[in-house]
Amino acid sequence: MPEASLPAHGYSGRLLVFEGLDGSGKSTQAMLLGKWLSSRGYRVFTTEWNSSELVSSVIRRGKKKGLLTPTTFSLLHATDFADRFERRILPPLRAGYLVVCDRYAFTAFVRDAARGCDPDWVRTIYSFAPRPDRVFYFRVPVQVTLKRKIASRQKMNYYEAGMDLGLSDDLHESYERFQSRLKAEYDRIAETDRFTVVDSTRSVEAIQAELRENLGPLLDHFPTGERMVHDG
Amino acid sequence: MTDRTYGTRLPGMPSEPLTGKLVVIEGADGSGRTTEVALLKEWLEVQGHAVVDTGLRRSDLVSAEIDRAKQGHTLGATTMALLYSVDFADQLENKIVPALTAGSTVLADRYVYTLMARAVVRGASREWARELYGFALRPDVVVFLDARPEILLHRAIAKYGSLDYWESGMDLCLSRDLFESFFLYQEKLSHEFDWLAAEYGFQRIDANRAPEQVHADVQRRLAPLYGAEPSPPSTPDGAGRPPVSRGRRKAASA
Repeated sequence: MPEASLPAHGYSGRLLVFEGLDGSGKSTQAMLLGKWLSSRGYRVFTTEWNSSELVSSVIRRGKKKGLLTPTTFSLLHATDFADRFERRILPPLRAGYLVVCDRYAFTAFVRDAARGCDPDWVRTIYSFAPRPDRVFYFRVPVQVTLKRKIASRQKMNYYEAGMDLGLSDDLHESYERFQSRLKAEYDRIAETDRFTVVDSTRSVEAIQAELRENLGPLLDHFPTGERMVHDG
Repeated sequence: MTDRTYGTRLPGMPSEPLTGKLVVIEGADGSGRTTEVALLKEWLEVQGHAVVDTGLRRSDLVSAEIDRAKQGHTLGATTMALLYSVDFADQLENKIVPALTAGSTVLADRYVYTLMARAVVRGASREWARELYGFALRPDVVVFLDARPEILLHRAIAKYGSLDYWESGMDLCLSRDLFESFFLYQEKLSHEFDWLAAEYGFQRIDANRAPEQVHADVQRRLAPLYGAEPSPPSTPDGAGRPPVSRGRRKAASA
């Protein structure tokens, strides 16, 4: 059964979402797109969903005590997202901005599904978040993200590697297996959630050009403003 | 494992049956809830049942964050509702389920219904609140201590000398006057509890009376669950005792 889709928003702004695995290149693309939109005179607000201080401190504590479960993990991230949504996404959306979100509720849908939470339950919890006007899904093989991760010398974190699921004692192997689960789930919902799938194995320039072209019709009747705000 | 929850699968639940009983006491601040929980615990233990008590905002995981949020009043309604759900889920999985697996009675001083009512009066839909807590275990019995707002006000003043900001729903901006806000807020909550009582089959008890009368009534409702006879009225020694608890306990207002 296809899960319930998010409700449409009736605000004057537009919601553009970037989704994909870590290392899929979506953050770079979101940043470049924001610059371009801003240079074209649109009012743009870009925001990313990384763990806030609230969530990271709880996760640290939970990990130390071994207390976090798929359910508390899911609800904790929902809390964090709600905070971001109420504070960072909704106000500019209502004020008529182009809101560019690096990760949105879909990140939670795939991550929580990979941890065994009931997908319908997760979707209901996030039903306060409206359906974006565009979701770009940066599809890339897990092996590519792994290479990028190693090349950039980023540390793999425990939960990002799905170590709490006991898939493997080896951090790299667990990461690969968990990220494969996430990718399978992204691929599965890509159609039902009407993602615009972007082949992210290509060059940065080629992808950016595709995004700009894709947004043409959506921007045609959208008013321009004067400044760009970044949610550092 | 959805047979004992309200419909949502809880990943990672033990496969053993939950042999203990889950007894929930709901009611507003000043409804005599905390006193009744203490009396009930005593009564059950005298009968030889192991009792684990639990309540809201007692998890190690996020209670500090909740306290901080309440000080600053900075979180939105949805965020706050979800933060409470983390606290509840943590206690459910790390305290309630293990205790029930071990055959203990879990005595809950408030449960998801209070959280649902609070979320709904702050703008959430009933549907959303019900689905959010779909992972909660179905209690064996929910006792609802129903008291009139005038009684609640009287008891709050007698106990604290003033009204609490949150228990008066001041964050809802119903009125700038604390007393007026208190009555408007309690009225909204009461409306929500009426719905919850019907939806979830609460045992409603008239809590406008003295603690001993309320307790005798609660005993009668619980007796069938334990196949026990209600004990005679509490001795003066036991009746006025302060709440006893094994673990750390916080003020009951959450």
